[in-house]
Amino acid sequence: MNATRILDLLVHLGVVLFLPPLLLGVINKTKAFFGGRRGPPLVQLYRDIWRLLRKDTVVSTTTTWVFRAGPVVSLATVLVAALLLPLGGAESPLAFTGNFVLFAYLLGLGRFFTILAALDTGSPFEGMGAAREATFSALAEPALFLGLVVLARASGSLELGGMLGGAEGTWAKAGASLVLVIVSLVVVMLVENSRIPFDDPNTHLELTMIHEVMVLDHSGPMFGMILYGAAIKLLVLGSLVVNLVVPVTGESLLLSWPLFIVGILALAVVVGVVESSMARLRLVQVPSLLVGACLLSGFGVVMLVR
Amino acid sequence: MNEWLVVAGIILAALSGVPGLVLSRRGTAGERLATGLLGLGAALASTGAIRTFGGVPGPGLSAPWPVPGALFAVRLDPIAAIFVLQVFVGSFLASLYGLAYWPQAEHPFNGRKLRLFFGLLAAGMGTVTIAANAMFFLLGWEVMAIAAFLSLTTVDERREVREVGYVYLVATHVGTLSLFAMFTLIESITGSFAFGGVDTVAHPVLASAVFALAVLGFGLKAGIMPLHVWLPGAHARAPTHVSAVMSGVLLKMGVYGLVRVGAMLVEPPVWQGAVVLGLGAVSAVLGVAFAIGQHDLKRLLAYHSVENVGIIFMGLGVALIGKSVGRPELVGLGLAGALLHTWNHGIFKALLFFGAGSVIHATGTQEIDHLGGLGRRMPLTSVLFLVGATAICGLPPLNGFVSELFVYLGLGRSLAGVNGTWWVLTAFAIPTLALVGALASACFAKAFGAVFLGTGRSEHAAHAHEARWPMIVPMVVLAALCVVIGVAPALFAPALDGAVVAWSGRAAHVSLAELAPLSLVSVGAALLLGVIGLGALGLRRRLRRVATTGTWDCGYAAPTARMQYTSSSFAQNLTRLFSFVLWPRTHAPTVRGSFPASTSFASEVPDAVLDRLMVPALRTVERMMVWLRWIQAGNVHLYLTYIVAAIVLLLLWRP
Amino acid sequence: MNEFVDPLLVAVLLTNFFVLGTSRLRAAITGTALQGSILGVLALFVHHEIDFRILLVAGGAILLKALVIPGMLLRAMRDAAIRREIDPVIGFIPSLMLGALGTGLAVVFANTLPLASSHVGSLLVPAALATVITGFILLTTRRKAIMQVGGYLVLENGIFIMGLTLLKAVPFLVELGVLLDLFVGVFVMGIIIEHISRNFSSLDTSRLSSLKE
Repeated sequence: MNATRILDLLVHLGVVLFLPPLLLGVINKTKAFFGGRRGPPLVQLYRDIWRLLRKDTVVSTTTTWVFRAGPVVSLATVLVAALLLPLGGAESPLAFTGNFVLFAYLLGLGRFFTILAALDTGSPFEGMGAAREATFSALAEPALFLGLVVLARASGSLELGGMLGGAEGTWAKAGASLVLVIVSLVVVMLVENSRIPFDDPNTHLELTMIHEVMVLDHSGPMFGMILYGAAIKLLVLGSLVVNLVVPVTGESLLLSWPLFIVGILALAVVVGVVESSMARLRLVQVPSLLVGACLLSGFGVVMLVR
Repeated sequence: MNEWLVVAGIILAALSGVPGLVLSRRGTAGERLATGLLGLGAALASTGAIRTFGGVPGPGLSAPWPVPGALFAVRLDPIAAIFVLQVFVGSFLASLYGLAYWPQAEHPFNGRKLRLFFGLLAAGMGTVTIAANAMFFLLGWEVMAIAAFLSLTTVDERREVREVGYVYLVATHVGTLSLFAMFTLIESITGSFAFGGVDTVAHPVLASAVFALAVLGFGLKAGIMPLHVWLPGAHARAPTHVSAVMSGVLLKMGVYGLVRVGAMLVEPPVWQGAVVLGLGAVSAVLGVAFAIGQHDLKRLLAYHSVENVGIIFMGLGVALIGKSVGRPELVGLGLAGALLHTWNHGIFKALLFFGAGSVIHATGTQEIDHLGGLGRRMPLTSVLFLVGATAICGLPPLNGFVSELFVYLGLGRSLAGVNGTWWVLTAFAIPTLALVGALASACFAKAFGAVFLGTGRSEHAAHAHEARWPMIVPMVVLAALCVVIGVAPALFAPALDGAVVAWSGRAAHVSLAELAPLSLVSVGAALLLGVIGLGALGLRRRLRRVATTGTWDCGYAAPTARMQYTSSSFAQNLTRLFSFVLWPRTHAPTVRGSFPASTSFASEVPDAVLDRLMVPALRTVERMMVWLRWIQAGNVHLYLTYIVAAIVLLLLWRP
Repeated sequence: MNEFVDPLLVAVLLTNFFVLGTSRLRAAITGTALQGSILGVLALFVHHEIDFRILLVAGGAILLKALVIPGMLLRAMRDAAIRREIDPVIGFIPSLMLGALGTGLAVVFANTLPLASSHVGSLLVPAALATVITGFILLTTRRKAIMQVGGYLVLENGIFIMGLTLLKAVPFLVELGVLLDLFVGVFVMGIIIEHISRNFSSLDTSRLSSLKE
């Protein structure tokens, strides 16, 4: 463990803990720009989370300890998942063969407990949101894994650092497959973070929400943890795309981290553009889009057969 | 020495139900004695099995048997030891559970019978795992099958119990028939009924036939699609602790058989491993798809057994492929994944069935949509059920994740450095496994949420009470095992390594610790639990003062418990997506007139293979056979004449 | 020893004809009892050295075949209060003729079989086959259930005789097996007869075809 490694680890933790709310601020600013408004300040989410953490809580009488466990588990899982990723291009803090499985299943654990917390309230709205979330994420998992399979085959490594790190070699060997994989990973990112075209984060109609309605009854610090966790999840899933598109290698710390941060902010802008230019899909069309993403990655796998 | 311990355990298990037959019907001495004997037998057998992991497997014991070609031969090697542990620990915990679930006082007329056959079931399964001669194996197999039939039809006054019993009986005997054929073929290749090596290169056609019969026979017992038709009904209608043993242990006897046959095949062709892998993948996906559509709690759990056996077969397929192409790391990972998942599934499936049994015992119903809100009335059961549900979805830091990780790693390793196109199969198996995991999470979110969370949907749920200690203790033990295996898998690596060495024979061996990041998995699990713990503590401190109110109901004046999402509504999106395989059936009302009166709506997902394919096909065959009715005139004398005619014909026929 | 074997076997064949021809149930059962005791004695004579096991087999045969089972059957008859056999399916004279035909065929057939040298020319195998055939005729043509049990007894006697030829090659487990088979078979038949008489108020087995639909 030399000094660069420790520094890298500290920067990694810092980025994971402090960057995500900025991403959401960038998205909102982009949407405001497209709408001809000034929009909320970039640091608004930081203020929101800080405010929520200091508020009191109201819980429903129907709920049990599962309701309180939901936000805790979802935040904890996404934090640990962030430690598995090679954000700055160097090795991730917790690198081992097969850590891509742990990554996906950690996100699954967080989702599982969020759904249970939603069902704990006994409200039909939360049930509706939970059912939709369960369905859509079940369809998104194969797309994610097919993309990871392409990366594994192309890079020859079964560890996220190797898969995402050797980007140049991968582009040379399997460029066409990689384009398909990036498209499907973008779709997965949008689904898992409940952005348009799958879910509208700004809607207030309970019947049309997916993620927002699952957390309808949470308040105070628990809601703050949920917002924070959602932001980190955006960072985590977005970094998969960024590491593939932008050639961040771990050679020089000074170059790779800023490159990564610029990349992820650019991705946030792209998400904002997508949100401003598309309407949300009808719910019955969402599975078709997800299956389409799976097919794209599947083609990516097939094209590697040479 | 180890074999004697296991044999003693088997004998004790077989006799465990006998004292109860002569003791009083109204007392508790019989049931306690049965559990005690079974526990003693389990302790002896487990000691024997665990001692096998450390040392070198012995030559085994044998005793002569007048039947030609047969011997009472037993042998305890690490593979058998893994299954012996599962048989005895599972049976003992289920018997302990049965003390409170099926006490003699509540069931005076079928309690003793159930305990007798339960003991015989455990003894039969024990015999199957240590038998080293085909005839002895088949003897244990039949004892096990028939004891299971008699145990599951305990409440045979009810028609639906009898029907599922008959389906089970037919299915198991078709399996046994194929096993007889398979062993005969093996004997014609190897010359004896011992479990020797089957040279696939010298006899390609015969060896392929052996493989096909093994998949058929053992697959029927293990419950692979489309041979699973007996599973859902049998597991749903049997007494719950019998269901737990059937799901957790009996199915694994089919897995054990296929593992043994896999070990016997020397240099199997690649297509055999690919077939097992493919069957496993199909079973896993379809099993969980069918599970999503069920609203009977035990039927749902039964379909999940189909799914998990599919995952085990996937691991076994990877191991077979590794054996074919000579890559020991695939063998190590695939077989370790399959065997560890065998254990894990036995643990968490039994835990889930025990939890379901507590719910059924407390509320009197198996219908998920009649339950709800039981988390408040049965807090211990709900926590333990949640542990089991998290484990079965393969979520970290519990044991399901570890075994699925091994399978993933095995599949992933086969991606790299391989020429040819069969790696595409493993490439698509990885996202299939991911889909299975995500669907399982959805299904268990539905099951746990609809049963334990929210508010009660009917009178049944209102009178629930927590289970008594004989039901809680086995669940706690199993939940603790889930956590231990999930957080510290390195403890069990020596056992799995021993089994891999025994399975692959003479090939080069790479230890599990080198192949899979066991210690880092422990680190990750500990880290996760630590962060969750910190978060929970921090939240507790912040939530000192908490106000309570009703759930947000969007301004409705009178929300009721019936307005909650039911399990069918939760599953509806997924059932609709998968309707091309599930073929759900709805009984929708026809609404007539301007002021229709009350009516009803029902939807269900029957088992497509049994109810939509096999039963109509068999009915058509029955109709076609009507013209042969004259043979069966009902006249006893005519039948006797048939017998005489047959004997005379046989006497005259000289080939 | 052999000079006693053949006359005894002829006596067995004669009892076959007696059972075939009689219409009185009590006489038929007594005939099977007599046949059984002859066979017990025969078991003693077939072997050249008599030891404890053969005495056991012979004693068991006489006990079961001549005393226990006929006793049970007679008691069942008394409980059901029946005396005569009603018309059998093919009549008594045709039964006798069939029995004679069967015996003749048995003798002819036995000559074509590849037998061990000690048994060629002996009446053991033909008598066994003939008794078996007689048993089958009784089973298929008699209407009363108790008469059919008698036919089963005659059948088992035939198998017992056949077993006597094998006593040197196969351990006497076979003989005990046959006796056990007999006992269990009659036991089961007793239960069935009880059920038949209770449900039909008669022991006529041709009434059983009403169970078909």
